[in-house]
Amino acid sequence: MTSDNDRRRGLLARLRGERPAARSRGRRRLGAAVRLIAALTLAGGAYTVFAPGVQAQENPPLTGAAAEGKALFDVSCVTCHGRNAQGVEGRGPSLIGVGAASVEFQVSSGRMPMARQEAQAMRKPPVFNDEQVRQLARYVQELGGGPQVPEGDLREGANLATGGELFRINCSQCHAFGGGGGALSSGKYAPSLRPASDRQIYAAMLSGPQNMPVFGDNQITPDQKADIIAYIQDTLKHDQDQGGFNLGRYGPSTEGLAIFLIGIVALVFASLWIAGKS
Amino acid sequence: MKRRKLDMASVPGKAAVGVDERFQVSTPLRKLLNKVFPDHWSFLLGEIALFSFVVLLLTGVFLTFFYEPAMTEVVYNGSYAPLRGTPMSAAYASSLDLSFDVRGGLIMRQMHHWAALLFMAAIVVHMLRVFFTGAFRKPRETNWIIGSLLFWVGFLAGFTGYSLPDDGLSGTGLRIASGIMLSIPVIGSWVTSSIFGGEFPGDIIISRFFIAHVLLIPGLLVALISAHLGLVFKQKHTQWPGPGRTNENVVGERMFPRYALKQGGFFMVVFGVIALMGGLFQINPIWYFGPYEAWVVSAASQPDWYVMFLDGSTRLMPAWEINIPIGDGYVIPPLFWPTVVLPGILVGLSTLYPFVEARRLKDYRSHNLLQRPRDVPERTAIGAMAVAFYIVLTLSGGNDVIADKFQISLNAMTWAGRIGLLVVPPLAYYVTYRICLGLQQHDREVLAHGVETGIIRRLPDGRFEEVHQPLAAGGHDGHGELEYVGWVVPKKMNRLGALGPAIRGFFYPIEKPAEAPVSPGHPPVESRPERKEIGSGSSPR
Repeated sequence: MTSDNDRRRGLLARLRGERPAARSRGRRRLGAAVRLIAALTLAGGAYTVFAPGVQAQENPPLTGAAAEGKALFDVSCVTCHGRNAQGVEGRGPSLIGVGAASVEFQVSSGRMPMARQEAQAMRKPPVFNDEQVRQLARYVQELGGGPQVPEGDLREGANLATGGELFRINCSQCHAFGGGGGALSSGKYAPSLRPASDRQIYAAMLSGPQNMPVFGDNQITPDQKADIIAYIQDTLKHDQDQGGFNLGRYGPSTEGLAIFLIGIVALVFASLWIAGKS
Repeated sequence: MKRRKLDMASVPGKAAVGVDERFQVSTPLRKLLNKVFPDHWSFLLGEIALFSFVVLLLTGVFLTFFYEPAMTEVVYNGSYAPLRGTPMSAAYASSLDLSFDVRGGLIMRQMHHWAALLFMAAIVVHMLRVFFTGAFRKPRETNWIIGSLLFWVGFLAGFTGYSLPDDGLSGTGLRIASGIMLSIPVIGSWVTSSIFGGEFPGDIIISRFFIAHVLLIPGLLVALISAHLGLVFKQKHTQWPGPGRTNENVVGERMFPRYALKQGGFFMVVFGVIALMGGLFQINPIWYFGPYEAWVVSAASQPDWYVMFLDGSTRLMPAWEINIPIGDGYVIPPLFWPTVVLPGILVGLSTLYPFVEARRLKDYRSHNLLQRPRDVPERTAIGAMAVAFYIVLTLSGGNDVIADKFQISLNAMTWAGRIGLLVVPPLAYYVTYRICLGLQQHDREVLAHGVETGIIRRLPDGRFEEVHQPLAAGGHDGHGELEYVGWVVPKKMNRLGALGPAIRGFFYPIEKPAEAPVSPGHPPVESRPERKEIGSGSSPR
């Protein structure tokens, strides 16, 4: 109370131009305190002016779909990916900046939500429908941006031969020549491409899920991606197998099994039959 | 003029006389046609290999009409759309044409490949039969060695043929083969550059492999097969012991007509199975592998099954590199041990085995009678050990496919293979040995006590015992005095004729099963008398 009164008196005195011949030490100190308090008040005032703006950056207004997505996220994903998709140490990574493509791939193929923590998430019947996947993707997209799968026909104007060549160079190392998938180290694996849709393949190339490398648009252009998708969908999946049953397209392993289980077994029975005829 | 009537029945005889008068062949032919072959199903396994070799020659000749063994680059313009416009070697393009544009080409290619797999599989199965029955013993050691060589020459034939289409898979195999050759100390780089005409892949390897595959190796195979069969003729086929069969005779069927007819029929069966597999099952779909490019290596790139054990040994080998500090330093890569040293040891062990066994048993007599595997437990157990070793390696050769499809970690598969390679063969040895002893013991038991009848008798003092049917009369205490003669001991009553014969026939019984014996204590059950309608008693009109 006392200091307040002092301050008020001092200020008035100065405004009136009454300058004391020699300011006492006490008064000088009082002046410094007054200036400090004034500066603090100013800063505080400025803060109150700008503070709402800062809050708006943390919680930007979400579009309708994204808001729906956030609601889904807060129920199904938040346990591992944390609040606002910032990730939880040791459970799930941050999703800021992974983009809609990644969400679309992981959720529409049923890999997310994961059943349990293991070497790699596996394809399951999806938990969310297409609309919900779109909403989740929108939410993550609005959180931090990132790659998105373009709309429209993803195989338009594709060239099968180029697609085949690109597939063999870039994909067959892990997914195998027939797209059936293959083993990686320590329980990880490249999944079969047979159940994958156009958009899932495109999203996988863009986002590089799990152990897959990212094939960005400057490594494989969108046109080339269309070629690859067309090769997978039109040749590997819809091709009628020339030459009969393909034995699962596992290469020489199952061929070796077949010659023993079918060829040798049939002929041993034939020899039993022929030798028994006497 | 009276027309002479043609007597059809006398035509073959007259023709034969005519031939003999000109060529004097009846004496040697009679000897040949009367040659006796013992008959047992297990003696037909080698024929599977022989007949699939015939199919290989037939289909292979067809393939050479259309295949172009050149590495000149062409642009494919055939009817398989997903490869149209792709630059590739002429060899690959002509293989694609064979598959898609030559009429019947694909089934010929597939039959050729299935026949090759069957050829190798039948060789191995036949070899196991010869090993486990002791058919390799004196005087047949040479034929055993020729048979082992046939496996390795067939191995080379298979590998060169696998490389000819010049697709992505076969190119990967060739790259590995060049790596194996390079790993040989001192001479490796010279061997590789002389075979490939410089650095891998060069532009000559396909034409070289072609001439090896269609001329040199088949020539060698034909020569070895002829020697193999010639020795079987000369030394006569072994036979199982049994009534009337001794070490000095051969009991069986004459070459003509029965044996020849059976063999002709069996050839048709083998041909038919290969044709069915060629038509029903896709093999080596080269159009998915694409043309070979050094940077294209697909997952699940495996060799054919008979090479897979080398792939497996390579996968299991730890990365032990030997650095020898001579000059700039000399390196023996780890690849050298599983792919050059191991097959070398295997060839040596398998060819020398007959001599090792004879020396160990001090048995230098000639043997024309076979042994049942159970009677030589040590050899049978060694064979089981070898089979276990081979199977662990072969499974490891496909361990990435197994890991993926059965959802096992690939690292776990590799370690399982490493440990399994050391643990499973001794285990197989022990288990087989014990099984052999158990089977031997049961044979002796049946000979001593008779066959179990399944009839349980209760004695006056309350004990139960099973009634045994002795196999021979006499002896004290119902015990027969029968010697084991190295052949099947009857162990069921119906083998003794006591319960009526087992029903004969392959799919359907060809004779009526014997009537079950009726116990004299009970009269046969009569069918119910026909019931009459109870009426008013008036007589029917």
